[in-house]
Amino acid sequence: MYVYIARRALSTIPVMLVVALVVFLLLHLTPGDPAAVIAGDYARPEDIARIRAQLGLDRPLHIQFITWLGAVLSGDLGISIFSNLPVSTLIAQRLEPTIALSISTIVLSCLIAVPMGVAAAWRVGSAVDTSIMIFAVLGFSVPVFVIAYCLMWVFSLQLGWFPVQGYKPIGDGFLPFLRSIALPTIALSVVYVALIARISRASMLEVLNEDYIRTARAKGQIERSVMMSHALKNASIPIITIIGIGIALLIGGVVVTESVFNIPGLGRLTIDAVLRRDYPIIQGVILVFSAAYVIVNLLIDIAYSFLDPRIRY
Amino acid sequence: MTTLMKKLYRAAAALAVAVPVALGGSIGDAAAEKVLRIVPHADLKNLDPIWTTAYITRNHGYMVFDTLFAANEALEVQPQMVDTYTVSDDGLTYTFTLRDGLKWHDGAPVTAEDCIASIERWGKRDGMGQKLMDFTAEMKAIDDKTFQMVLKEPYGLVIESLGKISSNVPFMMPKRLAETDAFEQVSEIIGSGPFKFAKDEWVPGAKVVYVKNEDYVPRSEPASGAAGGKVVHVDRVEWIYIPDPATAMNALQNGEVDLWETPAPDMLPLLSSNPDIKTAVIDPLGTQGWLRPNHLHPPFDNPKARQALLWAVNQTEYLQAIIGDPSLYKACPAYFICGTPNETDIGTEALAAVDLEKAKALLKEAGYNGEKIILMQPTDIPVLNGASLVTAQMLRAIGMDVEVQAMDWSTLTSRRAEKKAPADGGWNVFHTYSTGADVQSPIANIGISGGGVERAWFGWPTDAKTEELRDAYSREADPAKKKAIIDELQSQLFEVVPYVNYGQWFQPVVWRSNLDGVLISPVPFFWNITKG
Amino acid sequence: MATTTNDRSISDPIDLPERPGFWTLFRKYCRRHPTVPIGGAVLLTMMVVSLLGPLFTADPLALNPINRLKPPGDAGTFGTDMYGRDVFARTLAGGRISLTVGLFVALIATAIGLAVGILAGYIRWMDALVMRVMDGLMAIPGVLLAIALISLTGASISNVIIAITIPEVPRVVRLVRAVVLSIREQPYIQSAISIGMPLPRILFLHVMPNTLAPLIVQATYICASAVVVEAILSFLGAGTPPEIPSWGNMMAEGRTYFQITPWVILFPGLFLSVTVLAVNMLGDGLRDSLDPRVARRMR
Repeated sequence: MYVYIARRALSTIPVMLVVALVVFLLLHLTPGDPAAVIAGDYARPEDIARIRAQLGLDRPLHIQFITWLGAVLSGDLGISIFSNLPVSTLIAQRLEPTIALSISTIVLSCLIAVPMGVAAAWRVGSAVDTSIMIFAVLGFSVPVFVIAYCLMWVFSLQLGWFPVQGYKPIGDGFLPFLRSIALPTIALSVVYVALIARISRASMLEVLNEDYIRTARAKGQIERSVMMSHALKNASIPIITIIGIGIALLIGGVVVTESVFNIPGLGRLTIDAVLRRDYPIIQGVILVFSAAYVIVNLLIDIAYSFLDPRIRY
Repeated sequence: MTTLMKKLYRAAAALAVAVPVALGGSIGDAAAEKVLRIVPHADLKNLDPIWTTAYITRNHGYMVFDTLFAANEALEVQPQMVDTYTVSDDGLTYTFTLRDGLKWHDGAPVTAEDCIASIERWGKRDGMGQKLMDFTAEMKAIDDKTFQMVLKEPYGLVIESLGKISSNVPFMMPKRLAETDAFEQVSEIIGSGPFKFAKDEWVPGAKVVYVKNEDYVPRSEPASGAAGGKVVHVDRVEWIYIPDPATAMNALQNGEVDLWETPAPDMLPLLSSNPDIKTAVIDPLGTQGWLRPNHLHPPFDNPKARQALLWAVNQTEYLQAIIGDPSLYKACPAYFICGTPNETDIGTEALAAVDLEKAKALLKEAGYNGEKIILMQPTDIPVLNGASLVTAQMLRAIGMDVEVQAMDWSTLTSRRAEKKAPADGGWNVFHTYSTGADVQSPIANIGISGGGVERAWFGWPTDAKTEELRDAYSREADPAKKKAIIDELQSQLFEVVPYVNYGQWFQPVVWRSNLDGVLISPVPFFWNITKG
Repeated sequence: MATTTNDRSISDPIDLPERPGFWTLFRKYCRRHPTVPIGGAVLLTMMVVSLLGPLFTADPLALNPINRLKPPGDAGTFGTDMYGRDVFARTLAGGRISLTVGLFVALIATAIGLAVGILAGYIRWMDALVMRVMDGLMAIPGVLLAIALISLTGASISNVIIAITIPEVPRVVRLVRAVVLSIREQPYIQSAISIGMPLPRILFLHVMPNTLAPLIVQATYICASAVVVEAILSFLGAGTPPEIPSWGNMMAEGRTYFQITPWVILFPGLFLSVTVLAVNMLGDGLRDSLDPRVARRMR
């Protein structure tokens, strides 16, 4: 098993290399010239050329890549073109809100979605099932920013329960923190709930059809115990898998939600950086997000090998 | 798993009950210190106001730095850091003496040497500064607090230049920082202004924090524009950048922020209906829209084609599309903007009237032959986005083949520097705007410069006569003669058409009604404001 | 997920007393999977309306600043937007772009994914290389990759389609590869190889048809998600060019007006949500009806 874990961990290296290459190439073929943006409205072409030289944007592409990769491996993500601060500092500044938002979303979504999926599978074909599935489809159909604006209007402006925007760090107290991420979390959770509920229902249905469930039922075990201890336990692997894969979806949502609720997280940082063509930041953020995705999925895979003795590699 | 789930459920249920109860009442807990929370018009990207002309960096400059002279509400230049100054009879030697008690944020006193170095650095970047330096023979310190500026020949705009209110503002910095290459950014932000920049709390893209400079000695006069006593009544000012206008509006309504610099005009009716919110135009000069044709390539290399634009542009249509509320805009054909001493209506007939037939005829004379016109549309700036749409429709109405190329503003700022033909990656038309404070002076107005490929602003108009008249204006001291030059210059500009002015509008600022003392000025200032 | 185990019997239903007519089968199918005809009908209606509608409405691009922000009924069925353009005309015209994006992304992503997936699943030496690249692409969050791509290439409809397609491809490749791997070892493929059937023929005649059912389901989901992603990209300022309306960029442009003149964003939002809902329902129905395991359970 440890050989498997080591192999699985090593397999992330080529993946991250591909990510690095894609990210690097992507942004270095951009037509917008950061030097012109930095130089400002009244810059002369000489100024722009000078700035370009200062930033090393005039060197050949492969040299830029090798230099960059070497620096990244030693933990240096470069200096932001616009704010002149290290990208690692900027990312560190923005990490907390994004992590908090992601975790709260995953927790909330699981709390809502898994029972929904179980209930739907348990009473498959019933009105409960139908309405849960309709909700799940609806969740995919409404863009997250529409949900966010609606929540803001109802809960902040009309009811005054939550702030409209901003983020309060945990350090400022747990309650203000919770209030500040409540609406963004709910908005983000809708898609995730839809996704997890569907998978939960599907994998529960699969498991409920297995012989051992029939055996358990035949033995006269109470239904709740059948659902919880037998069925859900065995259906949990696809559910956990989809949580891992859904991280990518979650990150897309984070970018939007952070813009709407003005949360100074990595998503906002990314959008700002893309609009300004701040290459080092874009590269750094996409790398960090991708690494997060890879690591979460690595951990999930490793967790399987402990959780499910049937899995043999 | 099951027990864990149960626990989580209980916790969640408890929270669901507790949260609204606990939070229902108090929003925005009263902190011990007074914090002014501002939603600025843009994100502060760069900190050096000499290095960039960005308005947000200029506003940041006014927080942290101080100026030798400053324009008051009526745009009359008054001494600020300067206590007294004298001009020799021949008009060649200016002697400046600094006020007592001026100190940098690091505790060192402000010296004459610091000021000379600061003026020199500014003089390398700013247009008006470059002109001033052309006339300056030397600057020398007499003692710690006194320095002289000796000119080669008399120049009418010395004090106006040093008291220039908009970018680049000649801010004073310590000598060690002012010696930084003018084309590199200063390494730290040490000024002598009424606020200190809290670098540790700066979150680029989200938040900028300034704390009150306890050592600042304000002038004794009341504050007026950038002039007068900069008395600070709060402990901190926080700039919270909220790019989404709907979110910013809601945050202001909810009392999470105190002042919003650039509300969308269409939001004003909703905001005005809120008794807790005040709306006012604090920049009486407003903003002028520019439709910039490319003078290097057909068809707009021909003055007749550019004059055709004058006949086709309907300012009201633009203003209605981008602003919408007639009380916030004004159709104003004058190049040096309405409501300033330089306003004149000489030569404005073509722009004031709309005559599409005449425009078509002029285009034909100019030899326009159905070539494709490349119009760059910046989609992330609502005003310019709207103006581009109106222009596209207008150009089509006079028979032009328009290709609208959508891009973000930062792409546009690099594309517009491209001098190649439109078909090879260049362009024909783009839009921008400039604040009245910059536009009203023929020297500061960068758009009218006729310096051609070498010296003119993007679009590169070439016109020697314009340049001669601007030069004559800068040397002239007599107000009546200056006025005559303005008249001649404007009629020349309507022949050359360096840009088409598509209207003047006034950006209101909104704030919570518990604020008092917001100053009237083209630049938002945050001293003098009390928060009740 | 949707790997077919191919346990259907290939033999014809000769034991049936009478072959039921097409319409009988169709009615039976619709009763069992009502979401398929409902979703399909809504999608079809949207396509027809947005294709033909603009022929009968006002010019969706015409500005009329004097008549701006008029509520529904006053000027035009759905009112006018901030530049005085007709929201009804724009909503219908917007469907053209949004549906074009959705359909093309689905088509291109499945086509590329099918080709790459079959090759990767069948030709062993390509598998490792292709799958590492796909893993890498999958690790980059799709929306981020798409905004980066669009800011790279500039906003145009084809660039938006490409940018949304690229992050979708790896998922299709994985799906196809999984199907191919499971059928590669089937006896009939082995026998096809043993009688010397050329590789392209095997792939085309025997491997590809087996991937079609899950692919069609996947394509509907991709289509639905592409329409939503287009809206999200527009919202983030990296969508289709704003001069030509799409539901996404109409909503993005109108979001400032959400509380002031809600019709500007409401109608495109409604059309978008209904369409995506319909496509998702169609996909669910198709999945249930094409996946024999689900079908068996539903009985």
